[in-house]
Amino acid sequence: MNKLVRELLPFGSLILVIAILSLWQPDSFLTLDNFLNVLRRSSVYGIIAVGMTFIIISGGIDLSVGSLLALSGMCAAGTMIGLGGEEPPAGIIALGTAVGLLTGAVGGVVSGTLITKLKLQPFIATLGTMSLYRGIALVMYDGQPINVSSYRYLGEGTLLGIPVSLVLFLAVIALAGAILQFTRFGRHTYAIGSNVEAAHHAGVRVDRTLIGIYILGGLLTGLGAMIAMSRTVSAQPTAGVGAELDVIAAVVIGGASLSGGRGTITGTIVGTLLISFLRNGCTLVGISTNAQLIVIGVVIVFAVALDQFTRRKAGDAV
Amino acid sequence: MALYPRVESSQFALEMQGISKSFGPIKALEDVTLRVLQGTVHALVGENGAGKSTLMKILAGVHQPDTGTIVRKGKTCSWKHPSESIAAGVAMIYQEFSLAPDLTIAENVWLGIEPRGTLLGTYCKNRMLADTRALAERNGFDVDPNQKVENLPTSTCQIVEVLKALARNADILVMDEPTSSCGEHEVAVLLEMVKKLSRAGTTIIYISHRLEEVVKIAGDITVLRDGRAVHTGPMNGLEIPDIVKHMVGRDLDDYFPKREVEVGSTALSVSELSSQGVENISFDLHWGEIVGVAGLVGAGRTELARVLCGLDPSIHGSVELDGKSVKIATPAYALSCGVMYVTEDRKRTGLCLDLPAAWNMTLPCLAELGMKHILHLGRENEIAEETAKKLSLKWSGPGAPASALSGGNQQKLLLGRALIAQSRLWVLDEPTRGIDIAAKVDIYELIGRMAAEGKAVLIISSELPELFGITDRILVMRRGRLVADLVTSETTQEAVMQFAAVDNGRT
Repeated sequence: MNKLVRELLPFGSLILVIAILSLWQPDSFLTLDNFLNVLRRSSVYGIIAVGMTFIIISGGIDLSVGSLLALSGMCAAGTMIGLGGEEPPAGIIALGTAVGLLTGAVGGVVSGTLITKLKLQPFIATLGTMSLYRGIALVMYDGQPINVSSYRYLGEGTLLGIPVSLVLFLAVIALAGAILQFTRFGRHTYAIGSNVEAAHHAGVRVDRTLIGIYILGGLLTGLGAMIAMSRTVSAQPTAGVGAELDVIAAVVIGGASLSGGRGTITGTIVGTLLISFLRNGCTLVGISTNAQLIVIGVVIVFAVALDQFTRRKAGDAV
Repeated sequence: MALYPRVESSQFALEMQGISKSFGPIKALEDVTLRVLQGTVHALVGENGAGKSTLMKILAGVHQPDTGTIVRKGKTCSWKHPSESIAAGVAMIYQEFSLAPDLTIAENVWLGIEPRGTLLGTYCKNRMLADTRALAERNGFDVDPNQKVENLPTSTCQIVEVLKALARNADILVMDEPTSSCGEHEVAVLLEMVKKLSRAGTTIIYISHRLEEVVKIAGDITVLRDGRAVHTGPMNGLEIPDIVKHMVGRDLDDYFPKREVEVGSTALSVSELSSQGVENISFDLHWGEIVGVAGLVGAGRTELARVLCGLDPSIHGSVELDGKSVKIATPAYALSCGVMYVTEDRKRTGLCLDLPAAWNMTLPCLAELGMKHILHLGRENEIAEETAKKLSLKWSGPGAPASALSGGNQQKLLLGRALIAQSRLWVLDEPTRGIDIAAKVDIYELIGRMAAEGKAVLIISSELPELFGITDRILVMRRGRLVADLVTSETTQEAVMQFAAVDNGRT
């Protein structure tokens, strides 16, 4: 019973926020356009948060996602402009996109290797790569953004009337959810996060699985980077500063435990949407972007405290 | 009560009278009376779930009884919080230590109640050392207060915990399974400690599954079964079978199921195997055979299991499985060879405690349950339920977290892995440590059944009666070496102890 309440808690909060905003600002908030807008906006951090969910369930953390977002964008845009000039042909655009995704994956390989082979704590390893990737992204073009005016499909295109970014977001959710629940890889992710020693004893190839988890995280960060780049039709070396905090917050609000072994994709999606709707609501009622940080901060602390509280209650009963 | 007709009430260090406690619909305790004489060792025994821990939690002020009273030194007490029980001189010493490994013995003993130094915010180190030494001497312990706790053996950690309690003026110590993680030698040290404490006037409530110890040191005993005190009184003349009878409510003249198995061909042949912790080990193990590994803690028994199961690298030597030379370098490879290691440390290296019980059972064999990478959740649940039935495992369902299961049932989860994986060679490290008698008997039966099916079992145990009850042969280890390979029916516990503990002029 208590467990059910706990699992429905983030979802309940989301419904509550939507309900309040609907009553408060029915004209501007409760419209299809606004909803699609919020969903499209959450797709970038949402996709990255899906990868982060695997990492956090495995007992790790990745602070470098914001920097990797920028670096992937810079590498992709650099390839497009460098090889194709101002108006790159479709083939070069596709190649650039592949480079962007690959950059993300390579970032994951680096983090995963540092953590498993050099035995660095994930926090420290990714604190290092966070600075490293940001530095490379800034140095590449002397801190200048790269304009890719023809890279519009991911950001503005639609598929059967649905924004492409949203379609990608939904596909990632479905695929990742299935991987986590129905594959050996997903099960091993939970086992490693719950008790890495026990997982090793039970024959789980811990290092290999962890590297896989960080590659998945990096790949999804690369995908997020492509959507973000397409939305602004430019790659910014300062893109995604502080993204790691929003992403980690979304995962944790969704019920994942930073000590590992617990978390779901659904929870993460609810967490992402909660933050997005709060942001959207704040904007609609006229709270400044700066003041929004206060609201988000309070919600994060409150959500996690409530989760801990219900957990302790449940622990008492056993 | 009639059991102590001539005893004045003031001679009791503690009287818990008519204690009842329910959790929801479950009656954990019903009208339990526990009277502990001043300065005695009072054993509290019972199977898991009999109510021992609930009773002790009430004594510790963690739970409040529904009915009944606690009388301490003639005063009725009602403790709302653990701090009140501690202030009244009751100290709990749990299986898991609460020591800070980086601090010294003295610093641990006085942690939080350090003697003040002359400057604000400082403490007086010399006085702390002197006080610790005095406290230890008064109780007959020999410890160096300046030593760090980190590298101390378990028995010394117990002593530090005891000193910690005494420094807080405790005069009733509750010791919960103090010897559960000790080898024979350390047990002797601990039992000696308990005797000294009671001689020095401290009252001890001693909770243990090891009835051999209980018989050795307890003055009085109370047996709980299903939340009731079914027997209480002085220890004299009470033998282990009598106690067991009280605990389980029936005769258990046959702890160890007898079985006759035809021993087959060589399953495992180890020659001159060396690793970090073992040196030059050679022995054979046959299909259908149960072989025990005896030795003191630190003799290299677990290390032998670890190198055999791919958890430690081997430095030298060879291993043949079923006549074929194998190099087992990872646990994953061990599993694929049909070798299953069941760890001695369920919590640390065995289970993912917060994950569902069924997941814990199937973790090593997921590939066999579905397609290689895709899980078959329905089949997983089916197999988990089926295996649970085979092991008479008690759980609220396959989805219950492993942490919600009792020690015995957690152990069965790990053994269930070997059943599901259909392992041919079982390497069991202390498989019955800290679990109740009924579960032990289940596990002995399982081991016997597996041997009868032709599987080979290597079982490490610190409980000699257990080894003598179920094994065909016993290997004895000392200081990383194999010092004896004995046929169980032709040797004695004394002979095994002799091999395990005594250097016969060799190094």
